[in-house]
Amino acid sequence: MASPELHRFTLPNGLRVVLAPDASAPVVGVSVHYDVGFRSEPEGRTGFAHLFEHLMFQGSESLEKLAHFRHVQSSGGTFNGSTHPDYTDYYQVLPSAALERALFLEADRMRAPKLTEENLRNQIDVVKEEIRLNVLNRPYGGFPWILLPAVLFNTFANAHNGYGDFVDLESATVDNCAEFFDTYYSPANAVLTVAGDLDVETTKALVEKHFGDVPARPRPERPSFAEPAPQGEVRHEHGDALAPLPAIAIGYRVPDPVTDIDGYLSYLVLAGVLADGDGSRLQQRLVHQEGIVIDLNAGCGLFGPLEARDPDTFSITAIHAAEVSADQVVAAIDEELQKLAQEPPSAEELAKVTARWASTMHKEHDRLTNRTLGLGSAELLFGRAELIYELPERIASVTVDEVSAAAKALRPDSRALLFVKPTGGAQ
Amino acid sequence: MTAAKTHRSADEIGRTEAGPRPLPELGSQKVAVELSTVDTTLPNGLRVIAVRRATVPMVEVRLRVPFADPAGSSVGSQHAAVAEILANTVLTGTEKRSRVQIDTELALVGGELDAMVDPERLSFTGNALASGLGTVLEVLADVLTGASYPAEELEREGARLVERITIARSQPSVIAREALQKVLYGDHPYAKEMPEADEVAAVTRDAVVALHGKALLPRGSVLVVVGDVEPADAVAQIGEALGAWQGDGEAVQLPPLPKVSGGDLVLVHRAGAVQSQIRLAAQAIPRTDERYPALQLANLVYGGFFSSRLVENIREDKGYTYSARSHPEFTVHGATLLIDADTASDVTAAALLETRYELARLGLVPPSESEVDTARSYAVGTLLTSTSSQGGLASFLVNLVALGLGLDWLVAHPQRLAAVTPEQVAAAALEFFAPGNFTGVLVGDAETLKPKLAALGGVSFQ
Repeated sequence: MASPELHRFTLPNGLRVVLAPDASAPVVGVSVHYDVGFRSEPEGRTGFAHLFEHLMFQGSESLEKLAHFRHVQSSGGTFNGSTHPDYTDYYQVLPSAALERALFLEADRMRAPKLTEENLRNQIDVVKEEIRLNVLNRPYGGFPWILLPAVLFNTFANAHNGYGDFVDLESATVDNCAEFFDTYYSPANAVLTVAGDLDVETTKALVEKHFGDVPARPRPERPSFAEPAPQGEVRHEHGDALAPLPAIAIGYRVPDPVTDIDGYLSYLVLAGVLADGDGSRLQQRLVHQEGIVIDLNAGCGLFGPLEARDPDTFSITAIHAAEVSADQVVAAIDEELQKLAQEPPSAEELAKVTARWASTMHKEHDRLTNRTLGLGSAELLFGRAELIYELPERIASVTVDEVSAAAKALRPDSRALLFVKPTGGAQ
Repeated sequence: MTAAKTHRSADEIGRTEAGPRPLPELGSQKVAVELSTVDTTLPNGLRVIAVRRATVPMVEVRLRVPFADPAGSSVGSQHAAVAEILANTVLTGTEKRSRVQIDTELALVGGELDAMVDPERLSFTGNALASGLGTVLEVLADVLTGASYPAEELEREGARLVERITIARSQPSVIAREALQKVLYGDHPYAKEMPEADEVAAVTRDAVVALHGKALLPRGSVLVVVGDVEPADAVAQIGEALGAWQGDGEAVQLPPLPKVSGGDLVLVHRAGAVQSQIRLAAQAIPRTDERYPALQLANLVYGGFFSSRLVENIREDKGYTYSARSHPEFTVHGATLLIDADTASDVTAAALLETRYELARLGLVPPSESEVDTARSYAVGTLLTSTSSQGGLASFLVNLVALGLGLDWLVAHPQRLAAVTPEQVAAAALEFFAPGNFTGVLVGDAETLKPKLAALGGVSFQ
């Protein structure tokens, strides 16, 4: 793997720090993961965590509006942020000469972001455009990440739309922002990751210099978002005026990845056996033999595997021909799950999945942005940044019987079925 | 203000006792290690470039075959449909391997191999654990020399292709792209990025097999391999595996394109759209032109990155858009400048006004020294980061080679950017960003958009 050498320490204010040196290219990645995502939004405030992410780019005590972007880019770097169910991340990837600058930029907004009415109004408009672009103005918008949780889950935290309702977004106030920041953006609630071309001692000193005087605040109590698995098969039909073809999403619950990671990984391997590559079971049957499905996917986590705590989702999605009934597709999938439940997959099927995951992880780690973010989220969610280097081996140790057991656990009497129906008429 | 205070106010959060702090200076920058590489041409005419980059035990493979329609017009030509079916079925079986066997062999070495086609080229993209390079090359050679195009695969993939095209054409970005290409290039084959359903239905197996024999040729094509490999060994392996790939003549390059000239935007109606796609285009210059580095920086300042005039204006100041950008697009013959922004219907006309205003302003109030320096640092830095992964380097390189350039161009480009003066950027801005140079399309709900667009002008309503 790229470099399994990791250094970690915690500042007196509670900020957890992970350093992952690797000198293969003179570039460095810096990320901060805050332990708050859209599951923590209160009712009536849908989309707030994401809106607040936008505001964190809008200036801080030492940085005027626009300065953050300009300083990163004039240093030759790239940046972004993203909001997930359980965390919000921010990153910069830059030539290594800009390391101290990146630390300064992250520290300044962790210490004293400028939360103003003008910037809030501006970013509400920008976020609404983002939602129009990715959801409202396109076919299959929000499929399945916004639509499926609403069917699979019951509590507001797990079921609501993380992009947010326009009414909720528009009613956000600067004081909401201040409260959210003070509650959740404490250094004790964050992980700082620095990966790439760095000297450990120098970097440690720079981290202390820039983050050391971010005032300590309490780490918020993280509530449990646990809720029971669905009782029965919960069905929901969603009309999509822009979609030319019907689609389905089947959602199931998976084991808690924090307390039972190996159990969780058996579902990840199952997803590969079902849907990764032309030789996988569902691709072979539904797409290539019967030709009833146009495109099909299966996987853990609606943002990718190991990207959320419990409760998390296993999903199978398919776009299918209009003349094929959704129930026919579901029945075929159930049949294949049944076969796997009765007879475990072959060793070769698992070997294929294992080798492809090893490659996938290597490719992820070769891109510094992904490696930095992967280390940070693994440290935040699992307390183990090194998990990203251990995954290929752990995936390889999943047995055929465990995969069979996972298939057996995907029961029709405890799942969500989402049907996307084209309602636009003309094609 | 009687409620118990549970948190600080925004004002209190935004300041500390110490006050604002200075931005740290940049440290000293290490240079990237030199890459070990072999660049050669095999006896069958295939150009092969192998680069060692051993960051992870993987290897990336890119094969690019020029695959253009030799006809002067796409009207009445079946090329796009046949080429699409070929790309969708070339990996579905050979004399030696079934579709599932191909996937299985690749999967067991952690590998993938995909084929896709566009109006210029047929591209194979693959990767595997470095130890699996031989397997990828063997499968690649097998499909290049022995793809069998099983009849039932052709039939099913044809039906599936029609559905996938329908799905693609329901995406506003695809609607806009197709409309733009039509405005820019009319019936030129370059504008035809997707075939029609009836054309797909008319494709015969014979036509696919014939196109494979006639057009899937090593001469004129390039294979790039980047990864944890010794370049000389990789080239030897490639020579052995692909030596049997033969063919008469040279892979077909895109016929020359008409020059893009300025004109009214064409409004494309999309009933009920809540957002519009603004797409502008103008003629630009290729990477080989000595003015290119200046144009590259002028484009960045205009809309090529976040800290650009366009993004700071229509996103960060006015909130008209989430996504606005400008970028050059290259073909073997030249380049265009493209500007994209998606905006809510009620602010579309205003966003177009600002987009044009910034075009004019770029020439008339040219980029300052600090704007040029920011763009330059960004261009140099992102070249470094985007080519620091195996996949990033392989993709960048195969694109360059298709344009007649190579690894040496990539290595020397930072110096080229360093030498650009603000005067050269100003000249490029004035010449290439004049609003009158641009034409394009606007996709949205015509009824909603018309009153304001008519008042603004420069938009034709079909």
